[in-house]
Amino acid sequence: MKKVKAYTEEELEKNLENQEYKYGFTTDIESEVIPVGLNEDVVRLISSKKNEPTWLLDFRLKAFAQWQKMTEKDWAHVNYPEVDFQAISYYAAPKENVEVDWDDVDPELKATMDKLGISMDEQKALSGVAVDFVMDSVSVKTSFKEKLAELGIIFCSFSEAVQDHPDLVKQYLGSVVPATDNFYAALNSAVFSDGSFCYIPKGVRCPMELSTYFRINEANTGQFERTLLIADEGSYVSYLEGCTAPQRDENQLHAAVVELISLDNAEIKYSTVQNWYPGDKDGKGGIYNFVTKRGICHTNSKISWTQVETGSAVTWKYPSCILKGDNAIGEFFSVAVTNNHQQADTGTKMIHLGKNTKSTVISKGISAGFSNNSYRGLIQVNKNAKNARNFTQCDSLLMGDKCGAHTFPYIETKNSTAKIEHEATTSKIGEDQIFYCNQRGIDTEKAINLIVNGYCRDVLNKLPMEFAVEAQKLLEISLEGSVG
Amino acid sequence: MTTTTLTKKDILLESLGQLNFTNEPDFYQDLRQQALAEIENLELPTSKTEYWKYTRLGKIVNKTYQVTSGIEINIDQHLIPALDANIIVLINGLFNKSLSNIQEQEGVKVLSLSDGKERGVVIRDHFNKYTSTKSELFLALNNAYHTDGVCIHAEKNSIVEKPYHIINVTTGNQTISQSRNLFIGETNSSVKIIESFVNIEGSENFINNVSEIYVGENAQLEYNKIQNKEDESYQISTEQVYQKANSNFTINTITLDGTFVRNNLNIEVDAEGCETNLNGIYLGKDSNHIDNHTIVDHLKPNCNSNEVYKGILDNNSVGVFNGKVFVRPDAQKTNAFQQNNNILLTDDAVINSKPELEIYADDVKCSHGSTIGQLDDEAIFYLQARGVGKRSAINMMITAFAKDALGRISIEALKEYVDNKIETRFGN
Repeated sequence: MKKVKAYTEEELEKNLENQEYKYGFTTDIESEVIPVGLNEDVVRLISSKKNEPTWLLDFRLKAFAQWQKMTEKDWAHVNYPEVDFQAISYYAAPKENVEVDWDDVDPELKATMDKLGISMDEQKALSGVAVDFVMDSVSVKTSFKEKLAELGIIFCSFSEAVQDHPDLVKQYLGSVVPATDNFYAALNSAVFSDGSFCYIPKGVRCPMELSTYFRINEANTGQFERTLLIADEGSYVSYLEGCTAPQRDENQLHAAVVELISLDNAEIKYSTVQNWYPGDKDGKGGIYNFVTKRGICHTNSKISWTQVETGSAVTWKYPSCILKGDNAIGEFFSVAVTNNHQQADTGTKMIHLGKNTKSTVISKGISAGFSNNSYRGLIQVNKNAKNARNFTQCDSLLMGDKCGAHTFPYIETKNSTAKIEHEATTSKIGEDQIFYCNQRGIDTEKAINLIVNGYCRDVLNKLPMEFAVEAQKLLEISLEGSVG
Repeated sequence: MTTTTLTKKDILLESLGQLNFTNEPDFYQDLRQQALAEIENLELPTSKTEYWKYTRLGKIVNKTYQVTSGIEINIDQHLIPALDANIIVLINGLFNKSLSNIQEQEGVKVLSLSDGKERGVVIRDHFNKYTSTKSELFLALNNAYHTDGVCIHAEKNSIVEKPYHIINVTTGNQTISQSRNLFIGETNSSVKIIESFVNIEGSENFINNVSEIYVGENAQLEYNKIQNKEDESYQISTEQVYQKANSNFTINTITLDGTFVRNNLNIEVDAEGCETNLNGIYLGKDSNHIDNHTIVDHLKPNCNSNEVYKGILDNNSVGVFNGKVFVRPDAQKTNAFQQNNNILLTDDAVINSKPELEIYADDVKCSHGSTIGQLDDEAIFYLQARGVGKRSAINMMITAFAKDALGRISIEALKEYVDNKIETRFGN
């Protein structure tokens, strides 16, 4: 028994430490990068490069003016050196003309996708997933566009949407996450480069999973994505977002904004798998991931966030739901894994405004190495939210005695009919559980995998099939180690 | 008599500065000077201060307070019936000998803090030891300007049978009181203390009190805090607890009434084998604002802590609960349990609950739960089906809900007293 225990603790830890980032490679494509630094001219330059209308430039300038007045907040349970916003280039676009046939696409770019395991052709053939592939800010290829267009679904890059559907963009941009919401949302609003735009018309059920892959590629380019997703009355959409970044030593900044609008009777399912470069085992390098994600639910509508977070050196992310309409439902399912020197401060906000609104929060944190993993959540029931219901469960699993797991739930209730339950537990994998598996011929490594997988099952089950497989692979990368 | 305004820190300090402590031994004067230096760097908390996020100080700092010794009062109605205890009375932060009734008990010394400062070597060893590291304005104010209080020192191996009941009175109008207690339980000792906070005649009195509690090896200490302040009155109250090996500390915080109540309970568990129990009930009514902040800091392995706080909020009262459990890297095999249950009786009542865990050790069992809800409809129906009227059924349920957290009170007479208070409030 003792031997087994020694293996669990030390060997596993060692394996975790030595686990290198599988997806670390750089694609060698010439990019057009504007000089580093940030000032009003840069904002104007980005806007003019993208040939944007005046209202959008005004939106950016207003956000920029506000951002200059704002300071970075330090309430999150993370530590990182101050980001030098003047040392980042705010725009990078592949130089080659991208409006070409799939066959003409730079072979290297294709290779990148292959390495990512999302080869276009394969994706097209096997899964029927339409991929809006974003490589350093400019959409390279959008497939299945025609098929979607038949149903009236708009799924394109953000810049295209600005040109082709300015009214929709103008109406909803900044309506859920105002330009001045927080420090990083303001920064994003000022300098966002590109992103995805999606509109599902009334009563349409999107026939396939919409998916976009982000990948930070150019060294020293912070990527500022903007996603705007509108589900019109009675529609349904499932949207997948996955992110990987090549291995780099400098810290890269990612400050995205995602806005979801779920109109009456609509449903949005938004899934994320994030495995950006977490830095090496000494905590050097890695992505700073400061993301603002928020959705608004109108009457009888539903937004469901599912996330599997295994990457990034520092994560600061709270996908939220504003349950504005009566009977609206918000859900949040999360697995966050931190290893080595990673830090994550993540969770959700559920704002109950309408009557009979419901929210469910399931958060599973796993910390290993020297990492710190925090859950921070807010459940707010306002005065008119009669019969609001919330269930929150956040569990933390600790592997090794140098890591930390923290829970910071905020519960604010102003209505007597609200029913709110919150529970949290923190523990490690029980020796008895491992012993039980050992007894039945399952070695310790596999046993840990089994237990971790079971522990995360509630969340992994919520992922669409295509993603669940990848998520499990990522958990393996993060925790399984090289043995076995 | 000194007049002070709390709106600006400087004015407050200037006025409080007229209090004269020059007859104290140098040692204590130096401590006051240190606190004064600390105050220079501290500001009044605002809503931006995370630690004070849900509690606004506007109501209490916009007033002019005075320091008075108080008038002759009758404390009879604040005695706990059938309780055989030593009575100690503090009025506006000063020790009142004539109203107190203390019988000599073997192995325990009870002094006013000012007497203790003159005579006690032990007091010097413990005084200000557990408060100096926390930079909090109201704690620093008490450090610098506390008037008097009670010092209870249970000597080694002494089992003190008879509990001590401190009646901490504020009286007069717009009086500020800064009382300061020191409770020392030496190795193998056992002592029980009750402190009632009451307001007699007059309103808008503000008490900023601090208790330092030291629980030695194998010692047991139970502290029951009863807050029953009628009329308009404000309280900011801080306990700093320090636990040695295998000690057992229990605190019951019962808030029955109070316009503004803020409790800061900080427990440092700095040795192995300790047990810590923190229980609380808060019953808000009218426009009461009741805020409980607790911190249990586990620094060493093999300790247990249990925390249960229950709140019932009526009318437009506001309840705040913030419980924090730290488990430091060395504190393996810690079991920490934290629970907060609330019932809102009206739509104007508000509860903000924030149970937090910060864990840096892996071999631990920590959990917390927080609920906000109403009474179980089916349980009420069950009672109704057996001929209990709806109103009584509801009252029965509420009473049972609140009494759940009374289990750790070991003094029977006190338990009954609190029981009665809850029943008169919610009973038939």
